[in-house]
Amino acid sequence: MTGKTIFANRRLLLTGAVAAGAVGLLPRFLVSADAQSQPAGGSYKPTEAMAGGANNYEPNAPLVENLGTGFVVSGLVRKAGNGEPLRNVRVQIWAATERGGERVPSNRGSVMTDDQGRYRLETSPIVPQFGQPHIHIAYDDPGFATLFLRPVLNSRHDKTMNVDFVLAPASPNAPRPS
Amino acid sequence: MRPARVEARGRLAAWTVILAVAAVPVIAAAASPLQAGRELLWVTGGMAGVVALSLLFVQPLLKAAAPALLPARSGTLWHRWAGIAIAVLVGLHIGALYLYSPDDITDALLLVAPTPFSLYGVISLWCLVLTVLLVATRRRLGLAKRWWRVLHSVLAVAIVSAGVIHAVLIEGAMEEFSKLAVCAAALATTTAGALEINLFGPLRRRRKLQSA
Repeated sequence: MTGKTIFANRRLLLTGAVAAGAVGLLPRFLVSADAQSQPAGGSYKPTEAMAGGANNYEPNAPLVENLGTGFVVSGLVRKAGNGEPLRNVRVQIWAATERGGERVPSNRGSVMTDDQGRYRLETSPIVPQFGQPHIHIAYDDPGFATLFLRPVLNSRHDKTMNVDFVLAPASPNAPRPS
Repeated sequence: MRPARVEARGRLAAWTVILAVAAVPVIAAAASPLQAGRELLWVTGGMAGVVALSLLFVQPLLKAAAPALLPARSGTLWHRWAGIAIAVLVGLHIGALYLYSPDDITDALLLVAPTPFSLYGVISLWCLVLTVLLVATRRRLGLAKRWWRVLHSVLAVAIVSAGVIHAVLIEGAMEEFSKLAVCAAALATTTAGALEINLFGPLRRRRKLQSA
């Protein structure tokens, strides 16, 4: 009798652990990396910051031509409200690549958006750091509110990633990140 | 009673399988092409976690599979040292990764990390910390041996279950098949070990006493 009860409990515990694991897995598949899609014709809401987005951030990444070859991150930057594409804004990008982690200086750089509000940066192939293949993207200039993103690649073997985002107007009292 | 030579051969075969299941994921992770671009602290922190995972699989056997696999006395001794090694390796895992990327480890420890596996790592960590505290104080607390066994087993199952989920959800240097194999093996030995120590062992001893 006792034996049976304990066995059932143990099995329950393991099932629970597996179920908990499955639940833990879910967000990875449910939350798409470019979750910034907007209703057509509607008013554009500012993109929300992502948890851990500012990790290993260093302000004022130098403007670069590329950070290696093999992976392309690109996207469209819009203004909240009317959704007007923002030209000539600085987008800072850093990520762990085959050449080293996020803090390696050659894995960090800035690009400007073009006339259509698009940015594009080629990097070395992205590798997972801290268990997920991801990229860090920051907007951190006076024109609009600071925004930190941390999109996760669908697969570590992906060669491209599109990350569009919408910037909110800068609020004069907002504290600047150090 | 089986002849001693047959028994020794069986033991050798069992230990060969155990060492293979434990060593292959460590070797595979060390040989991963992902290690090439990593800095020393990152490699150290990552590999410490991998070795700790492998030890979690062997650890219950040292205690619960005696005297079939090794003499009970040396089993207890090895179990103690392996326990110390697991605690030190987990400390190294977190310490080295903290030095490598303080932001990410701080997020994980404060449960605000975007990565779902961090939570399970932290659960496993706290159960391990509790185990270490109990090991250090159980005599002073006057904890009865029977209750110590139950507590230790419950915490061990929690450490391994959470640790396994932590490892499985991580996309990193570990090779998938050897990772899943050692994770399944660790769950199996921990569950079987906990049942043996708390249930089957005492039951067998009681039957022996009754039949004597």
